[in-house]
Order: sequence, then C-alpha cells, then structure tokens
Amino acid sequence: MIEVKDLVKKYGNHMAVNHLSFTVEKGQIYGFLGPNGAGKSTTMNIMTGYLGATSGEVLINGLNVLEEPEKAKKSIGYLPEIPPLYTDMTVYEYLSFVAELKKIPKKEKEESIEKVIDMVKLEDVEGRLIKNLSKGYKQRVGLAQAILGFPEIIILDEPTVGLDPKQIIEIRDLIKKLAKEHTIILSSHILSEVSAICDHIMIISHGKLVASDTPENLENLMSGQNTLQLSIKGDKEKVQKVLRSIKGVGALELLPTVEDGCVEINVTISDKTDIRENIFYECANNKLPIYTMKHNKVSLEDVFLELTESKQDAKEDNDILLSEGHIEEKEEVSEVSKEEKLDESNL
Amino acid sequence: MKAIYKRELKSYFDNVIGFVFIAILVAFTGIYFLAYNLAGGYPYFSYSLGSVLFIFMLAMPILTMKSFSDERKLKTDQLLLTSPVSISSIILGKYFAMVTVFAVPVCISFLCPIIIKANGTAFLVADFSTIFAFFLLGCVYIAIGMFISSLTESQIISAVGTFGILLVLYLWPSLIEFLPTTANGNIIGFIILLTALVFIIYSITKNWLISAVLEGIGLAAILITYIVNKDIFDNGLSKLLSNISLTAPFETFAYNQIFDIGGIIYYISIIAAFSFLTMQSLQKRRWS
Repeated sequence: MIEVKDLVKKYGNHMAVNHLSFTVEKGQIYGFLGPNGAGKSTTMNIMTGYLGATSGEVLINGLNVLEEPEKAKKSIGYLPEIPPLYTDMTVYEYLSFVAELKKIPKKEKEESIEKVIDMVKLEDVEGRLIKNLSKGYKQRVGLAQAILGFPEIIILDEPTVGLDPKQIIEIRDLIKKLAKEHTIILSSHILSEVSAICDHIMIISHGKLVASDTPENLENLMSGQNTLQLSIKGDKEKVQKVLRSIKGVGALELLPTVEDGCVEINVTISDKTDIRENIFYECANNKLPIYTMKHNKVSLEDVFLELTESKQDAKEDNDILLSEGHIEEKEEVSEVSKEEKLDESNL
Repeated sequence: MKAIYKRELKSYFDNVIGFVFIAILVAFTGIYFLAYNLAGGYPYFSYSLGSVLFIFMLAMPILTMKSFSDERKLKTDQLLLTSPVSISSIILGKYFAMVTVFAVPVCISFLCPIIIKANGTAFLVADFSTIFAFFLLGCVYIAIGMFISSLTESQIISAVGTFGILLVLYLWPSLIEFLPTTANGNIIGFIILLTALVFIIYSITKNWLISAVLEGIGLAAILITYIVNKDIFDNGLSKLLSNISLTAPFETFAYNQIFDIGGIIYYISIIAAFSFLTMQSLQKRRWS
C-alpha cells in the first residue's frame, strides 16, 4: 500500500526525518507514536505530498507522490494537525467543496457527504458557519473532510486532539469501524490512544524509526526486564536466601510490608524463561507459603519511554507519558543499541 | 479548478472584499466619467480610464492580498496541496476568480461610452478597445498581486508589497527620466544592473562559479560594446527600461486610439510569467 524508502527531511541543519523507511499493509490501523517534535507530522506531510523530502521517496500503491501526485493523492484522505477549514463556509458547503476537490462524481456526491456527516455526527451543525463551531466540532469537520469519498488510505494527524472524553471514544470507534475497509495511519503522542486502537505501532524519535511492531510484541520485547511481585509469609532473610538460590532470579527489591509477617518482594527475572513454578516449589519445600504472586509485565509506556528518552529521565517521570521533547544528544548511543536489539528480536 | 474557482468567487462576495473592490472602482470610474466626459464634454471615455489607472494601485491589493497568504495562514493550503488537483489548476482557479470579480466594474464601465453616444458624438470602437486594454492591464496587476501574496503569510505585507510594486510601475515612465543620459553614466548603470541580475541568479542557484562566469561574460560584452560603439550607450538605460513600462501599451490605446497588438501580447506574457512565478513560489515552499 504505502512504501516509505529512506526518507530524509532537513530544515537547515536540523534533521526532522532521519532515514525513515517502513511499509504499510492494507486493512490495518497504524499508529505513529513519538514525543512532540519527533517528526511525525513532517513524515505525514511528506507522505501526503504536502512537503517534498530532501531525499528518499514515498510510493502509494506503487505511485510516487511527487511524480504522479494527482493519481497518488486520490487514494489518500488526510487530516493535518490543524484541520484545514475555510471558516467562512458552512459545514455542508465546505464538505461539498472538498467533494469537488476530490473529484467525487456528481451523482455520488450528495450521498457520500450525507454518509460522512452521519458517521462523524455533524447533523446538528450542518448549516452553521465553521468559524462559529467549537474546537471539537472543527476537529470533526476536519475528520469528515479526510474520510469523504472513502479513500483507501486515511491519514490522521492527532485526530482526537481537542475532543472531550466521550467524543474521543466515539472517534476511536469510528476509526475502528473504518479500519474494516480502509488502511488507517494515525499519529499521537498519547500512548493509551495508540495502544487502544492500533494494530501496529511505530515509535519515532528524532526522526528515526526506533521500533515497529504490534503492541503485544513491543511489550514482549522488553520481557528481559519482567518482574514478579511476591508476597511470602516468613522471615525476610530466609525468603531472600531461598529466592536467590533459584536459577534465573536477578535482583531482589524489598517493598514495604503490607501484611504482618509477610515479606513483599520484587523479583527481577533475568532469564526469559518462566520461573514461577520453580519459585512455587522452592518456597513450598522451604515451608514459605506464597500469598500472592503477580507477573508485572513491562507496559507499553515503559517501552515508549525506554526508546525515546534517556533512562534517567524515564525513571524520574515515570508517571507522565512523555516529557515534552527535550531529548538530549547523549541518548543517541543508547538508542542505537536499542535499535540493534530490536532488530535482532524482529528477526 | 472549477471547485476552487467557485469557492474563491463565493468567498469574495461572502466577505465584503469583493463588494468593496467593485464599489471603489465603479465609484472612481463614475467620478472621472462625470468630471471629464459629462461635465467637461470630452468625447473619449478612454481618457477617464487613464485616470482610473491611479485607483488601481489602491484597489488591486485589496483584491489580491488574501489569495494565497490567507490559505497559508489558515493552513488550508494543506487541503489544496494534498488533494488530487494540480498546482496549476489551484492557481488558475484563484486567478480566474479574481479576474471575474474585476470583470464586474469593467462590464459596468461599458455603459459609459454608450451614455456618451446617447448625448452626442462617441468613439465607440476606440473606447471599447481601451476598456479591453484596461481589463488586460488589470489582469496583469492581479497576476503580480497574486504572486506577492504567494510569498508571504501576512495579508498586510502582501497588500503593502503589491501597492509598492504597482506604485513603482505607475511612476516608472517618470522615474526613468532621472537616469543618467551620458554614455559613461549609462555604462555604470548597466554594470549595476548586470551585477544585480547575477546576484539573483546566485541566490537561486547557490553556484558561485556559474555566477562568476556570467558576470565576467556580461562585463566583457559591455566593455567590448563600449569600445566598439560608444554612442549606443547614450540614453541606453532609459531606452531599455522604458520598454518594460506596463502602462505604455494602455496609453497607446487610450490616448492615441491605436489597437496595439504587441501590447496585448506583452500583457498576456506578463500574466503568464507571474502565474508561473506563483507556481514556483508554491512549489519552493514545499522544499524549504
């Protein structure tokens, strides 16, 4: 469907997109994830033919966007970061203008506008001037514009920005519905959004693709760092001694006691093997009853932070999804090694 | 192209801009018509049109200022440039919309020679062809304004820039008179002109070798011509520059009652050149 080959975009000395390559397959929802300023919007702008790349090319159904722009753009619907709305038009006028721009045949025009208005729930504001609409409605008009004519590929740059929680859920459902017949690429810096709707996540940082996989696989990639949270009745020293004797147990971290006489402990698993059974039997042999055992998988959030931020930052701002794009040069090194690691596991 | 044309045209009349533009032109055409033809009794309407040319400088920027700068500011250019329409049809759609708005006062002015006719002798053919030349000159100004608008995001800069350029074009014939007349003065003028041209070429190509070679060839050509035939340079600059006067062909129509086909071709080529430049300026923005 879409092939992006070795894309580079320079703004002066700044590399906005740095040798980006990926392919997009039909009928899936792709999520571009990355901190602000990572190059998501620039990449989308290049893919849709709004910007030219410094080098590299984009093929849409085998057509180069720059060489055969009119043919290639026909199969794309695009909602840019700021919805491109003519504020002095009414919603209906605007959509009918877009329909003409997209060269939708006259016979189908009215029907497809009605359908889109119905899908994005714009019936109430159909006849109002766009400039008098709220941000949420404007965003929806922008979305309506993108899906008008039902192009094969729909590219959405931060589609849920400015919407209230109810609208966000509606739009997500809409995107999922559209994905049955269309290929959808959306960008976001909100992780929960991407993991909720996307089949495939591409994490971009500094204009580079640092990871590209399904949400589940991305979580598994980091399974080397999985931890078990245990609550064991018994003596602190004994518990630690017993646990240390089990193969595959890495660092132990004592947590504050919750229940009297119990030890709360975090066990980092250094192997990729499942050692829960071993722990159970070993503890049972030593008469140490296990009250709880919880497998703490690395969340997507951790993966994201790992890949886009330096480790130190990640620990400090664990609770926020991302810190606003102040990423320093020094991470480059850790990123490169991450990339290699990912490549290996992809193979 | 049709979709863009329709939208633009409608937007001119949804805003007041279209009406203000038409009102200004009609009002001033009426005033000059009243003063020269009705009150003064002069039978040529073309004479009044010659004075309306001055109003162009004020009215044209109003019409052209928002054509591309507004799109860029509101980011609606993203819609146009990512939709399956070519850049040339975007430009033509917008250009023809502006020309259509401008055609309204021009059509109204066709009444004036007829009014003169109703009251005595009129020179309908001469007047109608002058109105035609007037229309073409207006189209040239619109093309220039459109180009300026494509260079900036701000409507104000676009309007002021267009006004400035139109003013220089209006004053062009008088400005040329200030140029030196002697051969020595002219040769310096030519060298400055050449250097400016080479500088523009350099800033586009960023290739100092080509620029240096061009400058060298140009200098040599000027010097050889100067040694061979010094007299060519007498008034050379003003002769050359007066050829680019935009108002001159119109004046041939208006004051000499000559149907100047060369002038019409000149106008059409300038329109084409500025539409092309607008296209380049839109293209360039995508690569910077």
